[in-house]
Amino acid sequence: MSEHELRVSKIRDGTVIDHVEGGQALNVLAILGIDGSEGFGVSVGMNVPSDRLGRKDIVKVEERELSQSEVDVLSLIAPEATINIVRDFEVVEKNRVTRPDSVTGVLSCPNRNCITNADEPVDTRFDVVADGVRCDYCSTILRADIADHIDV
Amino acid sequence: MRQDHLITATQLSRDDIEAVLDRARAVADDPAAYADRHAGRVLALCFFEPSTRTRMSFDSAAKRLGMNTVGMGDVDSSSVSKGESLSDTVRVIEGYADALVLRHPSEGAATLAAENVSVPVVNAGDGAGQHPSQTLLDLHTIRENHGLDDLTVGIMGDLKYGRTVHSLAAALTNFDANQHFISPESLRLPRSVRFDLHETGAQMREHTDLEDVIGELDVLYVTRIQKERFPDENEYHRVAGEYRIDAETLEDASEDLTVMHPLPRVDEIAPDVDETDHARYFEQAHNGIPVRMALLDTLMENAEAAEGMEVDR
Repeated sequence: MSEHELRVSKIRDGTVIDHVEGGQALNVLAILGIDGSEGFGVSVGMNVPSDRLGRKDIVKVEERELSQSEVDVLSLIAPEATINIVRDFEVVEKNRVTRPDSVTGVLSCPNRNCITNADEPVDTRFDVVADGVRCDYCSTILRADIADHIDV
Repeated sequence: MRQDHLITATQLSRDDIEAVLDRARAVADDPAAYADRHAGRVLALCFFEPSTRTRMSFDSAAKRLGMNTVGMGDVDSSSVSKGESLSDTVRVIEGYADALVLRHPSEGAATLAAENVSVPVVNAGDGAGQHPSQTLLDLHTIRENHGLDDLTVGIMGDLKYGRTVHSLAAALTNFDANQHFISPESLRLPRSVRFDLHETGAQMREHTDLEDVIGELDVLYVTRIQKERFPDENEYHRVAGEYRIDAETLEDASEDLTVMHPLPRVDEIAPDVDETDHARYFEQAHNGIPVRMALLDTLMENAEAAEGMEVDR
């Protein structure tokens, strides 16, 4: 039995997000809007050994199947992530995350003078560009530190 | 131009620009033909930060089209100071007017406003973002003096925060124009503007010294370097002094060089330049009237077409 199976047990039904870059699991939950209050069983493994990534995080959400559009936004912080849909302990679907065209309501704009930081009733919206994201309102480009601007 | 709003210069195609500038030329040739074109319509001038010339220019342009204008008065005495959101403010004003002109201190304000109303919105400056109607009158000035192709333009001063610069640089990518950006290191073009220039394959170079390129330029577009951009006043004076031009600076320039400035200037262009044939900045400011008339006329026409209204011409 491998080490991570010992730490995070199998789930009957739900979604397993695997191969998340080490240290990003809580950001994954934040982006998905899961904070435990929904009543789903949530298991998180952080910095477990991985052949592919060295160290990886793994997130298991019971009784909830995440749609492709819900998980695609994870590609910004976890481009290597794999999404496994589990039914009755079996993986019935396995997908990679793909980069979405835009991301709404997930990130805060790093430009303090952007109208989205001015107490307006508006969700932030970023276009996904070659190597980052770009604010639809003020055009500011965010590249390396996307995870620092998760605001959900 | 079939757009409903004018928010950024990046939305403008060459055809859009030429259509407005052709109309501006027609307006300038025969202003009387446009005098009552939009009689009975109302333009709201929503200026959330001080402006003299842009506001007056839109006010005058609207009235010359037969429109009436309404303004918000002093921001300090308006509901904005009571904490009302911009989204709510423009939704209310939309009921009073057929189009909005918006100046606001936050980048992206015009985009947000346009999402909240169904009447045309013109961005008259959003923080350090964009000022596309200024760009149209800048391009009109360039076209009347040089044409818009086979052009070498130098843009100098505060390129980081200068919204007129950001809009002009984006719009020039529609034409066969070499762009030279001249500024202190700390006030170089922002990443987002450089990104757009690279994406469009624009021919651009950046410099810290005007002397490197002045002999190549057809147009020199000078902008003001503002004191508040520098934490240290001595540093401001040192830097600003390096980007000040006078008649002597222009001795190395082509005879046909056109010097432009969005105004107001402080001391970045010495008064002795006014006496040279290079100076076009007052002509440029005056072009605000026919160009903004053409712009408002176009946007009102588009809005009326969208409403399916019969417009008697």
